[in-house]
Amino acid sequence: MAWTKQILRVNLTNGDVSVEPLNMGWAQEYLGQRGLATRYFVAEVDPTVDALGPDNKLIMATGPLTGTMASTGGRYSVITKSPLTGTIACSNSGGFIGAALKNAGWDMIIFEGKAPSPVYLYVEDDKVEILPADDLWGKSVWEADELIHKKHQDPQIRISCVGRAAESGCLFSAIVNDLHRAAGRSGVGTVMASKNLKAVAVRGTKGVGNIKDPIRFMREVTAQKKVLADNAVTGQGLPTYGTQVLMNVINEMGALPTRNMREVKFEGAHSVSGEAMHEKRKTDGKPNLTRNAGCFGCTIACGRISTVDQGHFSVANKPEYWGNSGGLEYEAAWALGPDTGVDDLDALTYVNFLCNEDGFDPISYGSTVAAAMELYDMGVITKEDTGGIELTFGSAEALVKVTELTAKGEGFGKILGLGSKRMCEKYGHPELSMTVKGQEFPAYDPRGIQGMGLTYATSNRGACHLRSYTVASEVLGIPVKTDPLETDGKPELVIAFQDATAAVDSSGLCLFTTFAWSLENIAPQIDAACEGDWSVEKCAEVGARIWNLERDFNMRAGLTGADDTLPKRLLKDAANVGPAQGKVAGLDLMLPKYYELRGWTTDGQLTDETRSRYRLPA
Amino acid sequence: MLMKSLYINPEKCTGCLQCEMACSFENEGVFNPARSRIKVFTFHDAGRFVPYTCTQCDEAWCMKACPVEAIVLNAATGSKDIINDRCVGCKVCTIACPFGTVNYNSASGKVIKCDLCGGNPQCAQACPTGAITYIDADATGLERMRLWATKTDTAHHAAA
Repeated sequence: MAWTKQILRVNLTNGDVSVEPLNMGWAQEYLGQRGLATRYFVAEVDPTVDALGPDNKLIMATGPLTGTMASTGGRYSVITKSPLTGTIACSNSGGFIGAALKNAGWDMIIFEGKAPSPVYLYVEDDKVEILPADDLWGKSVWEADELIHKKHQDPQIRISCVGRAAESGCLFSAIVNDLHRAAGRSGVGTVMASKNLKAVAVRGTKGVGNIKDPIRFMREVTAQKKVLADNAVTGQGLPTYGTQVLMNVINEMGALPTRNMREVKFEGAHSVSGEAMHEKRKTDGKPNLTRNAGCFGCTIACGRISTVDQGHFSVANKPEYWGNSGGLEYEAAWALGPDTGVDDLDALTYVNFLCNEDGFDPISYGSTVAAAMELYDMGVITKEDTGGIELTFGSAEALVKVTELTAKGEGFGKILGLGSKRMCEKYGHPELSMTVKGQEFPAYDPRGIQGMGLTYATSNRGACHLRSYTVASEVLGIPVKTDPLETDGKPELVIAFQDATAAVDSSGLCLFTTFAWSLENIAPQIDAACEGDWSVEKCAEVGARIWNLERDFNMRAGLTGADDTLPKRLLKDAANVGPAQGKVAGLDLMLPKYYELRGWTTDGQLTDETRSRYRLPA
Repeated sequence: MLMKSLYINPEKCTGCLQCEMACSFENEGVFNPARSRIKVFTFHDAGRFVPYTCTQCDEAWCMKACPVEAIVLNAATGSKDIINDRCVGCKVCTIACPFGTVNYNSASGKVIKCDLCGGNPQCAQACPTGAITYIDADATGLERMRLWATKTDTAHHAAA
């Protein structure tokens, strides 16, 4: 079993809360979390729905291994239609709330409608209440978290919450849980706030049981924990440096997008790298990094716990930011750093704190600031637009100032909250937006890592590294080394990664296990826990089914194959230095083959044959 | 036979709660941190995670306070164990324990506390970082001594 087989439906418009049995037929076809919630979403929501209207729904879903002892088994996902991209949104988070939800007895919560005034949902096992949140509205995630804990007199409550960014309509707002973990991408927080839902607070005491074969499950879990511990990436690299282990590596490859992707190498990369986070500061003798931390059940523990130098200009008179909190991870460090040209580690750490405190995606945000800096550089926007801020590439002061505005949805921060695509269109330069389907790029230049170009172009939620992380193969040689500058074989690679990732994202486990694990390691854990037969082949098939279902939703929402593209800068302007010098992203060499292998038409539409092969809804 | 005791080094703890799951699975048959005998505390501002559980006091106040002799010494491990059949759920032991490591379980109407899993504590087995170990009870300072010994030794070499 492992599923609790119960879901909660919360109608925010009329305040109804109902309990439904989990559709076990769907669970066998879509596993859980990302896949299963998408199946529910597709069945219930018109793809053309206004993402910020009351008819959009928002699902918080766990996987069957969430809350179990399987390493990293604490994940949950938020599924909705994205206001940023108009596609399906599915954002995954660790921390502890996923396990809490499962411990309270719920596989997922489906939110529908819109509350007439601000509310939060309180879940204490079977007791579920929609409570007023007028006093929480207008507060940051960190403030609201403290107030909810105080109100219920219970430090063991786990909380997912939106901040002032979401309340003010920032289109890339996140849902932050446990203070500094986040369902970060695609504006899922914006949808939550549009429903007047400030937070979800969960206390679960029931436990997760009903494991199909407990003895086999514990044997698998113990063996697979050892695989993670013995692997150089998951056993050493990630605990020591976090995902920031990549900053110097990717820079050396000439694949570190710099200054809004105008360049592919950043001269200040070392200052904001994982290695730099270990170096003692001259001022107080402490390193930026205090220690690593694990999410629920995670034996890798890549999380960063960091401080900002108390004397740094960003926090000099703000003792509330002197303590430890979630530190820089690679994607955030890149977007806020190299992409804006800022090499000030303390500034980036503080800005990352603010992204967590008020809930907005540091990838989309940093990338949008980078585009604004380029517009400023070109003279398209001036101090008049920014409210007096000199928004030059490399200015830590400017970055800090506009972040404080974005967190509260004030001044020029309101413009940045539109995201890069809408902002660049507003100023008449859509070509400067480094986005696919309206979502900003993460930290890998597809000119230097060709598979990532196809990954970004075909991702079902707009530009994203977490839909098929071919960096693993093209850079790290996992599971096999492929040439990052080569396009041949990449369609096959991307499809294999997309399908496996969709399965992992539906299990309750963290994608980062796949530096050491393949489906060969994961399927036996699912099979020992869950009823049904969960072979490697079945998991891969479930992954492919999920991918096609998401694609189907997007096509019905009005997207076409023409949206599977990259910004001209990456297709036309060759990399200027490094191993990829002279290269553009060879998307045209990969996309037709990708469509063919997917069983789609030459313009990227699903065929009836593909639909019936995966038994997708008509 | 050597007596062993749990030895907890918070410096190594990442806060993953594998110990809490192992404990609840061993004792309750489900993964349930809310029913774990060991708890990991997060000190957010300080950036520290600290596991905490029963130290198995020699003069165990919980045992002395129990009016029905439901808490007994396990001579093999030194743990103080709850005899469920005797426990009446009066909770006096939860008050007597200065450390808070005996707690009431409303689901069973009995108290729960660490019993070292009869000599094979599952929290220590599950801990991925060695923050929780089960070692010679008379030499729990050994690791720290070793650390200082290294430093002393280094100083000696540096001076030479």
